[in-house]
Amino acid sequence: MAEIRVQNLRKAFGAFVAVQDSNFVVEDGEFFVMLGPSGCGKTTTLRMIAGLELPTGGKILLGGEDVTMRRARERDIAFVFQLFALYPHMNVRRNIGFPLLAQGMPSAEIRSRVEETAKLLRIDHLLDKSVSGLAGGDRQRVALGRAIVRRPKCFLMDEPLGTLDTEFRDLMVHELRELHNRIHATTVYVTHDQMEAMSMADKIAVMNHGVIEQFGTPREIYDRPATMFVADFIGSPPMNFLKFGGGLARGAKEIVVQGAKVAVPEVREDVSPADMAVGIRPEHIRFDDGSRLRGAIYGTEYLGTTQIVAVETADGIIKARVPAGIHLSPGEQVGLALSSARLSLFEKGSGRAVRTAMHDQAAEARHG
Amino acid sequence: MSLTTAHSVVAPSSNAKLIAGTIIIAYALISIVPLLWIFATSFKTPPDSIAYPPKIVFQPSIEGYCNLFTTRTRQTPEYINSLGPATGFCDETVRKRNMVIAGPSNFLPRFVNSLIIAFGSTFCAVFLGTLSAYGFSRFKVPLADDLLFFILSTRFMPPIAVAIPIYLMYRELGLSDTALGMILLYTAVNVSLAVWLLKGFIDEIPREYEEAAMIDGYTRLQAFWRTVLPQATTGIAATAIFCLIFAWNEYAFAALLTSGTAQTAPPFIPTIIGEGGQDWPAVAAGTTIFLVPILVFTILLRKQLLRGITFGAVRK
Repeated sequence: MAEIRVQNLRKAFGAFVAVQDSNFVVEDGEFFVMLGPSGCGKTTTLRMIAGLELPTGGKILLGGEDVTMRRARERDIAFVFQLFALYPHMNVRRNIGFPLLAQGMPSAEIRSRVEETAKLLRIDHLLDKSVSGLAGGDRQRVALGRAIVRRPKCFLMDEPLGTLDTEFRDLMVHELRELHNRIHATTVYVTHDQMEAMSMADKIAVMNHGVIEQFGTPREIYDRPATMFVADFIGSPPMNFLKFGGGLARGAKEIVVQGAKVAVPEVREDVSPADMAVGIRPEHIRFDDGSRLRGAIYGTEYLGTTQIVAVETADGIIKARVPAGIHLSPGEQVGLALSSARLSLFEKGSGRAVRTAMHDQAAEARHG
Repeated sequence: MSLTTAHSVVAPSSNAKLIAGTIIIAYALISIVPLLWIFATSFKTPPDSIAYPPKIVFQPSIEGYCNLFTTRTRQTPEYINSLGPATGFCDETVRKRNMVIAGPSNFLPRFVNSLIIAFGSTFCAVFLGTLSAYGFSRFKVPLADDLLFFILSTRFMPPIAVAIPIYLMYRELGLSDTALGMILLYTAVNVSLAVWLLKGFIDEIPREYEEAAMIDGYTRLQAFWRTVLPQATTGIAATAIFCLIFAWNEYAFAALLTSGTAQTAPPFIPTIIGEGGQDWPAVAAGTTIFLVPILVFTILLRKQLLRGITFGAVRK
């Protein structure tokens, strides 16, 4: 196992830049997820780490070794494809043993290694079956088996659960994480599904248009999004934005939104006057008749333990997650109270988050 | 509406089935009767073969096959009586017609030429076609579209249109009447078909298979050999049949460019007619034997052919 270090990695296809100067480090044994909408460059990044694409610029270090220009087969990595890429003309045993055959391992040893791997994945009863008859989840396990049988430096997975049914998907998310906890393999996992990312990752990189928007733990990314894109991409429903104008001075603790004063975490930088937005997660909104920030109930989505309430304000629809017990009827006027400590402030033009006490507290908590 | 009168959208109606059945049977008859006639003629005696009205029921004889494989000379009855006893069935049959067997005919060597040239050129066309199709399918080939169009354009006219330049060229190069020359020629004609057919099949094979193999420690050639080829067998078989049928049946170039050592069966068979009267049973026997290899090859590969001509329309 090894750490993966990506430095200023860049890939252009003609005039189209797929990946722009990416930097990140996946530490040894970490489960790292690259998350983003389709076409954001996450798969291209993964394929460059694998050696299936050559970068236009930058460096890739595997366990401290520069492998940027090495061939895929010289990198000692394993790749799990979205469509599994199981060879239809081989049975399960030969599929799993295929990478070992390349190393010229004696067949008796291949046999025992394949069986050991199959046991680990609980597919030992399928070894002599043809892969074409397998169910989605089992195909996935065979693909994983082919990846782990060689004990490579790291695993790369490209949306491996993308084609599975929801039911299998939840099961495989759990199994993948459990497998990771057992073998502690450095893993880079690409997905567009935030649920998969949040539930499996040690670290997440959120990508958009070839740029890494934020790199951090799932908690950091959810609680303190670095950009409006991340705030909007993560969370279901995503973060709400309310616009406000004017600059911010270091030390400010209050902003004015739609005529209502809203307390915010202490601002730790000066921001010159521009269009701004305050971001608030649905679960950090309460109904409070005393609040001057008001809106009319537009609709509700009942989820059992909670309900998502859409409220029409002067600045568009805001979604709040409130306990399921509250009864609301469309058109009803409500006041909205925001949990001040959890608010994020953004510069609308660049989408960048403004540094506030929330970030500093998190940093202190990490170092303390 | 009761269930019995409800019509299915997928099952054809009985009228449609009747019409379709009639057309198919009529077509099958039209196609198969000439073949059956040839087969029957090959077992007739020469007088039976030209009898009028034509004989449908007759005493079968293998005289045609005897005549096909031998050359004979006409002799006087006295000379024939002076010979020892006949050594075999053919010998005996021939003597009844006042002839003796002078030696083997050229049919067998011509037939072997056909086998060598047709299978050789099919192998070359499929081999080159597979490699080029893989290249076009997987790599960024400069001017790929133009090249593919150029390859296709070689089929815009019948190959025989270039017969004269090829004839002159082959004479200069010393390729006239050589098996190598015929293999090269048929390969050149077939390779365009092979590239286009196989490119379609290889495009259908996801490149993840090779990528997976290359990550797992194989070179590109090994990955191609172990993952692409096994999955392209259907396409390769279908392509091979098309190429073989062309090369096996080709007449015009063979008649023009081969006359002796490299002559194939198609231009040879008609020459039988001239040898010692119109020997239709021998011609029919030659034709019947000529049909066997292609029939066997097609039957062996028919599963692949059926799957192959759907061109991956149905995903596995």
